[in-house]
Amino acid sequence: MNMKTQKLIRLTLTYFMVAIVFVIILYPVIWIIGSSLNPGNSLSGSSMIPDDATFKHYKELFNLEESNYLRWYWNTLKICFLTMIITVSMIALMAYSFSRYRFVGRKYGLMTFLILQMIPNFAALIAIYVLASMTGLIDTHFALILIYVGGLLPMNTWLAKGYFETIPKELDESAKMDGAGHFRIFWSIILPLVKPILAVIALFAFITPFTDFILAKVILRTPENYTLAVGLYDLVANNFGAEFTKFAAGAVLIAIPISIVFLSLQRYLISGLTSGGTKG
Amino acid sequence: MDKKEINSNTNHRKIAMYLSVVPGAGQFYNKQYLKGLLFLILGVVFISAFKDVINIGLWGIVTLGEIPMEDHSIFLLVQGIVALIVIALGLVIYFINLRDAYKNGKRRDMGLEKHSIRKQYQNLIDTGFPYLMLTPGFFLLIFVVIFPILFVILLSFTNYSLNNSPPANLVEWVGFKNYQDIFQLDMWRNTFFNVFKWTIIWTFLATTLQVAVGMFLAVLVNQKELKFKKIIRTIFILPWAVPAFVSILVFAGMFNNSFGTINQDILGFFGVDGIPWLTEPFWTKFALIMIQSWLGFPFIFVMVTGVLQSIPNDLYEAATIDGAGIWQKFKSITFPIVMYATAPIMITQYTFNFNNFNVIFLFNGGGPSVVGQNGAGATDILISWIYKLTLEVGQYGKAAAITMMLSLIVIAVALWQFRRTRAFQEEDMM
Repeated sequence: MNMKTQKLIRLTLTYFMVAIVFVIILYPVIWIIGSSLNPGNSLSGSSMIPDDATFKHYKELFNLEESNYLRWYWNTLKICFLTMIITVSMIALMAYSFSRYRFVGRKYGLMTFLILQMIPNFAALIAIYVLASMTGLIDTHFALILIYVGGLLPMNTWLAKGYFETIPKELDESAKMDGAGHFRIFWSIILPLVKPILAVIALFAFITPFTDFILAKVILRTPENYTLAVGLYDLVANNFGAEFTKFAAGAVLIAIPISIVFLSLQRYLISGLTSGGTKG
Repeated sequence: MDKKEINSNTNHRKIAMYLSVVPGAGQFYNKQYLKGLLFLILGVVFISAFKDVINIGLWGIVTLGEIPMEDHSIFLLVQGIVALIVIALGLVIYFINLRDAYKNGKRRDMGLEKHSIRKQYQNLIDTGFPYLMLTPGFFLLIFVVIFPILFVILLSFTNYSLNNSPPANLVEWVGFKNYQDIFQLDMWRNTFFNVFKWTIIWTFLATTLQVAVGMFLAVLVNQKELKFKKIIRTIFILPWAVPAFVSILVFAGMFNNSFGTINQDILGFFGVDGIPWLTEPFWTKFALIMIQSWLGFPFIFVMVTGVLQSIPNDLYEAATIDGAGIWQKFKSITFPIVMYATAPIMITQYTFNFNNFNVIFLFNGGGPSVVGQNGAGATDILISWIYKLTLEVGQYGKAAAITMMLSLIVIAVALWQFRRTRAFQEEDMM
């Protein structure tokens, strides 16, 4: 009997705490959705769930003449996608050479990667800013993509190399016996087998530019070129409060698709984070 | 390795190596014409193509220019770094050339047959292939990662700033003056130590809280009698699923002094006066730590949940039989196992928050501002201070020096952590 009441108290307390956490997590979500439906431009003196809810701010965002929002979305997706493609192809090549060949300089190459991955890529913030201004690459997506790829390479090459090494070398050797060339072995034997790790890296390479703020803020100058992070910040920072409802709509339109994608792919993300887990 | 005895009458290996002082000559001596020709061409191309680059670059990096308006110090610095990288690459190729001549000479000394042209070609492809695959990534890394790092290192020893910038002025080497200034000039020293102090407090409090919350909730949800686990877990992951920059900006709105919901709806509901969240340093700091816990706990929650599910149930049953309470079970079974399995990830959480620019900058821009601080607000951490020094104040030299100190801390932690992970123990790494 005593055990039973104890258990009952424990479970009730647990459900109670879970409920509190639910409120803390969901309150901002409901508040921002409510704000985005608010007819006014600012929030002063409005209630959380407006009586006269309207989608007009969403319409504003979709109007290219009134807002750059769609451009930012397009820029972000473009940058993320290109970063992903370049990163994955470079890493596949590099991880393959490091895992399968023994060549002069391999040891130093790996050591360099190890040290480089410890340095956060924004440590070179000043250099990136000064160099980009000098070379005319400031305000270009090209510069931004190169920087993202460069930052992703060292750590993920290590991650991929580890996985490549789990694939038995006998496979390569028998293919070689059958007369397959170097590239052929890479392309048709190894590549299909390492798809899982490449998928994880692709996911990382897509998320990193999407969530980055600091590098995009340093490089991008004109509103048409902004990514979502910089653009959204701009909506808030330029005239705080005056356009808050529009910002709210913009935030909702990012949060919903991304969290759906995230929740459906989180298994892969977590597997990558636990096996690589060297950088936060 | 070399079972065959080296023939002492011939000394091809040394002759070949000495000859290869002229790239390719040693290879010709070893009758490897294809390879010799390749090295020779590489050498000639290298010298003729990069002669001027190296010449001007080295002059530039030493003097940083002599005539204002005509010599652009920063261009010269960049050219100097390019020259240094080119020289380093050249030396590597030169070294490979010497080594190759010596190795093949040795083969001849041992009386091994020299390879046929066909075999030579095959060998060249075989050894060249990994280099070919590495080349694109390698060049990208040199120019996008290594180059900027070298630039920052060198910049921290110059007096480059917005007020002292080319082409009107020449930038000069000033040795360790930037570092000395940061510690000796009152204004810089005060700012540096204030920012540094808050960076440490921030890192420690925010990370520890997020780890504690994540771990507590994971244990809570993992109780086996609890129902609706799946829904609970999905909701708990939500803060991680939404991009952080969106959440932080939303929080900035929620905490806004005048229209934010925290002051208006929540505190108003309890009849408490509004709190000056964005203008009072203490309250901004308090809000930041709370927000970071909100953002950061799901990751810990997921990691710890993974570990918890792998702990065998027998352990707890045995403990129950021995009469252990909930707290005792947590203290002696759960906590040690979880810490052991997730320690490296926990450490990365600390380094992540140490450099967590997004939450600091997006929430309140590092503010509220403080009188007498050099470009830093009350909640600026080192990385956001560096950002402001670069983009708002234009103190490039000082910003570079602070970046150097910040990087040293981060690298030290990373090295310490890395020595404990398997990357270093991998057998063919060394």
